[in-house]
Amino acid sequence: MNSKKKRNHSAKQIQDKLFICFCVAVTFLSVSALVVLLVTIAKQSVGHLDFDLLTSYPSRHPEKAGIKAAMWGTVWVCTICVLIAIPIGTATSIYLEEFARKNKLTRFIELNISNLAGVPSIVYGILGLTVFARMFGVFGTVNDPFVEVGDPTSFWYFRLPLGSSIIVGGLTLALVVLPIIIVSSREAIRSVPNSLREASLAIGATKWETVRKVVLPQAAPGILTGAILSTSRAIGEAAPLLVIGGFLFIRFTPANVFDDFTAMPLQIYNWASRPQEEFHAVAAAAIIVLLILLLLFNGTAAIIRYKFQKVKIK
Amino acid sequence: MTNIKMTNKQLLLTTILTAFVGTSAIANDNSKLRGSVKIDGSSTVYPITEAVAEEFAEEAPRVRVTVGISGTGGGFKRFSAGEIDISDASRPIKATEEKVCTEAGLEFIEVPVAYDGLTIVVNKENDWCNALTVDQIKKMFLDGSTAKTWQDIDSSWPAMPLKLYSPGTDSGTFDYFKEVVAGKTGSIRSDMSVSEDDNVLVRGVAGDKGGIGFFGCAYFFENTDKLKAVAVHNGTANVMPNSESIESGEYAPFSRPLFIYVNKEALAKPAVKIFVDYYIDNAGDMAEEVGYVRLPEDIYNRVRSNIATMKTGTQFLDDEGEKVHGALAAVYK
Repeated sequence: MNSKKKRNHSAKQIQDKLFICFCVAVTFLSVSALVVLLVTIAKQSVGHLDFDLLTSYPSRHPEKAGIKAAMWGTVWVCTICVLIAIPIGTATSIYLEEFARKNKLTRFIELNISNLAGVPSIVYGILGLTVFARMFGVFGTVNDPFVEVGDPTSFWYFRLPLGSSIIVGGLTLALVVLPIIIVSSREAIRSVPNSLREASLAIGATKWETVRKVVLPQAAPGILTGAILSTSRAIGEAAPLLVIGGFLFIRFTPANVFDDFTAMPLQIYNWASRPQEEFHAVAAAAIIVLLILLLLFNGTAAIIRYKFQKVKIK
Repeated sequence: MTNIKMTNKQLLLTTILTAFVGTSAIANDNSKLRGSVKIDGSSTVYPITEAVAEEFAEEAPRVRVTVGISGTGGGFKRFSAGEIDISDASRPIKATEEKVCTEAGLEFIEVPVAYDGLTIVVNKENDWCNALTVDQIKKMFLDGSTAKTWQDIDSSWPAMPLKLYSPGTDSGTFDYFKEVVAGKTGSIRSDMSVSEDDNVLVRGVAGDKGGIGFFGCAYFFENTDKLKAVAVHNGTANVMPNSESIESGEYAPFSRPLFIYVNKEALAKPAVKIFVDYYIDNAGDMAEEVGYVRLPEDIYNRVRSNIATMKTGTQFLDDEGEKVHGALAAVYK
């Protein structure tokens, strides 16, 4: 009886060890896939990954081709996307979690948001083209705008319809990432212990004060994780930008949010599908820059998250 | 490889020299010119437009030229909506697209800029197939074809499995191939390896002894060490695709013209007019540099006179809106 129990025990220990081995193997598998990817791209990009790449415009000569316009386009579009999507996404999830009554309507909204997270991004591109870029045609066309203020090269230029511009790229990408932000922010808000809310309300705080001073600081790290995930998605999107009419060959950097733009995924896609092998190398170098840019965006979010984690109520 | 690089460098040198001579002669005219030229459309035509725009930036640095790659169909949509000045197209405008332009009250000038030769390629180790007739190509690619091995096409060929590689069905390249092989009503079989990226097709055929595929000649010219081109029987003789046979029209029926469509109203803007003139003057050189084939000088001259007389509309549709078939030199007046 006793020895049987012991055997059973050691069998379980072996099982336990096997499971740990399995977990380590799986982790290494995904990490090594990333390493292989990075090494092949880095190897391919040798000779093109230099400062000239960042300061040159597109060219038919691979050795002269650069990503200046594409890089600034991506920075502008993604910044606008984040500035629009995070406040709206967070506000939506606060409403749904803290204020909305749990009835059929809110369940319907919730279901739709989860479904929207799975819609292919090109669909948002078509939406962005009709709603933001052309504005259903009620304000005329870009060449003959209904409202136009200032010189197209000045910083305060304004125009309706918005046209295929940076602001439309940002708005469209915001649509793409909004469902992701909402889903992850709600998850973060839900994980704030109810006892904290009750304590806050018990000492006389209003609901708004509770949300602002207790729930939000507690949920902020989780919300920012969602923001990081969505930036990573937005920075790599090519299809919706192509549909709303993002350009590819541009020899100037944006002057205002109504300027024409191009983005790095478009440029990379075009170079990678060119017949000349030298262009594939330029594409590889651009991919490295895109990854670094992504790290910068995410690094900023990570620093903010760290700050929030420090002010957490103990 | 070094040879190719040498020619590239020589080309570069010549271009720089020509650009230098060109700018010094007319620098006073365009260096202060301002304005914008918006272009969108085919990604096949994009490399030529990009090359012209790059050179143009040396001559008129203050003109903001932007080029997109929405595809031929997408480009025409933006063109007819009045959002862009010029539409790149890897095929002539369709009757439906022309109708949208007419309804919007938009007139355009049709400008052929270069040739692309659709090249049929096989594996390097394929030593049996050197030439194909259009009928044999039909036997391989038409919908309903039961050919599974090369022997099914020609009984003297080995029983090697026949593997077909094709560009994406949304591309102008596929459209053109389909029109030649299947005609207006037929369709192409669907059991092929399809990729939007022609480099994937290059790798596919290069690694598959029984493979056969087709794409623009630029992809073949870059990969002559990996692939073998097949001559196509044009009715009188077997012709290999190269710049001479494509330019002369001998390489039929698979050589296709590439176009830009210019909005007539936009041509009133000095920046657009000077850009289009510059495009026509340099299209041949730039096309060759990026892997396409120049048009005969005669056709560029026809284009120049059409722009001078503002001849609008397409010449590839007849009065009933039916497509006009035939070689570019015969159709484009």
